[in-house]
Amino acid sequence: MAELLVERARSRTLAATAREADEPILRILDAHKRFAAPGGEIEALRAVNLSVRHGEFICLIGASGCGKSTLLRMVGGFEVPTSGLVLMNGEPVMRPGPDRGMVFQDYGLFPWLSVRRNIGFGPAARGIPKPQVEAIVDRFIAMIGLARFADAYPHQLSGGMKQRVAIARVLANDAAVILMDEPFGALDAMTRERLQSELLSLWEATGLTVLFVTHAIEEAILLADRVVVMSPRPGRITADVPIRLPRPRDVMSATFNELRREVAALLQDSLAGDH
Amino acid sequence: MKRRSPSRPGGLALVVPALLLAAWWTVTRNDPRGLIPPPDQVLRELGDLVGLAGDNDEFSGSLWLNLATSALRVYGGFLLSACLGLSLGMLIGRLKLVQGLLDSTLQMLRPIPVTAWQPLFLILFGLGSRSATLLVALGCFYPILVNTIFGVRSVEPRLIEAATMLGVSRTALFPKVVLPSALPGVFTGLRLGLGFAWVVIVVGELSGVRIGLGAMIENAREVSRTDVVIAGMIVIGLAGFLSDQMIRALGRWLLRWSPQHG
Repeated sequence: MAELLVERARSRTLAATAREADEPILRILDAHKRFAAPGGEIEALRAVNLSVRHGEFICLIGASGCGKSTLLRMVGGFEVPTSGLVLMNGEPVMRPGPDRGMVFQDYGLFPWLSVRRNIGFGPAARGIPKPQVEAIVDRFIAMIGLARFADAYPHQLSGGMKQRVAIARVLANDAAVILMDEPFGALDAMTRERLQSELLSLWEATGLTVLFVTHAIEEAILLADRVVVMSPRPGRITADVPIRLPRPRDVMSATFNELRREVAALLQDSLAGDH
Repeated sequence: MKRRSPSRPGGLALVVPALLLAAWWTVTRNDPRGLIPPPDQVLRELGDLVGLAGDNDEFSGSLWLNLATSALRVYGGFLLSACLGLSLGMLIGRLKLVQGLLDSTLQMLRPIPVTAWQPLFLILFGLGSRSATLLVALGCFYPILVNTIFGVRSVEPRLIEAATMLGVSRTALFPKVVLPSALPGVFTGLRLGLGFAWVVIVVGELSGVRIGLGAMIENAREVSRTDVVIAGMIVIGLAGFLSDQMIRALGRWLLRWSPQHG
């Protein structure tokens, strides 16, 4: 009898997991966003629809003004759509929350807190007991390889280190989706490459869902499962390109370059009607 | 990133005081009975004030009590102002209602100097120590208030976003983000305020008190003891300087995370 109950419970969780895997973690349904501006109203996003599955790595790419950051901030809960819906696990997104961790280009670290306390900030704010917070922090400091800098303050770190801390901070807070707004845009080329590959390892190890805004075609194709191309005035999605190359990807390979040309052409098209 | 080393008063800092001293001495040395006493006479008087020379006049050995009494008024007034200025500054900086209610009134009262308030304070709070302390408090109130308002308003919006994204509630934002962000501004206010407290102590002690550096200077002026007056000025300068060094050290420790301080 007991065994039967356990068995039944197990099959129920299995079914739930299966459903969860089918169900997109994130859905954007016919989202519009208009801003009031001095020269009249700006249509930042028009009729955006996007579905993101659990564990997917999506890159949003487009010229400046295409609304890719607005879209990301909408998922983050920092902006509310003028009309339409953003659903996270079926629930409408109303405000920022720990399930959607944001990584900003300018890091957004708390300058008065050490690396350790920056990473522990979310768990501590949510009332997790101190010993557990410490354990979580230790794990993520080790994961980003900054054990030697655990007690340093942000202004003592390089840009690459700061961005590692910012990533660890949202991971330590149990984010299911991580939202990255041109996170490596301010870094030098070598650091950027290092962090790209570190991010991929983290993503593969954790099964996170990633929404990554960039304007670099190579970065998008290197990282993403799908490259979502956006175009400006009004901001909208114009193409959704699946990238089926196995990882690690070779940016010099013929197939990679083919994709690069394809995405570049799509970006050109999206700008063509703009003059 | 390399941290800027904090500036230290090395040999360079002594050049200007030495020149001033030399000029003072050159001008006054041939006329020891003149209106301005030469530096060596002031130095001797300083010795007498701390109880070394033994002139046995009304000022001999009186410095310590005067200094301690003034320091008590300076720090008392400063603490009073700090409590009031910090809490009021935070309210004005964060709450539109309080700002609308108080900001213009306070800005209008701000240009009125302590010297102008003094007669009114004597009527309101009586002759004596209470008026002196309150005048000091008034003197350091505005720098603390203004810098606190500036501090709590200068929070980077990005940090508010980061905190809400990490799960901080609206009410917890104030202690967790606004307050630490405001700390550098608040600290600048406290440092300026403490400086002003030493500036206004002489005016504050023109309120009928018998003890205190200001009272000592006033008494000396009445009996034309300019050497005591200048000695008192030097002591106030030194006390203010030491007090500033202390609060700066505290600031360096509290703001060790800040690239501008630290």
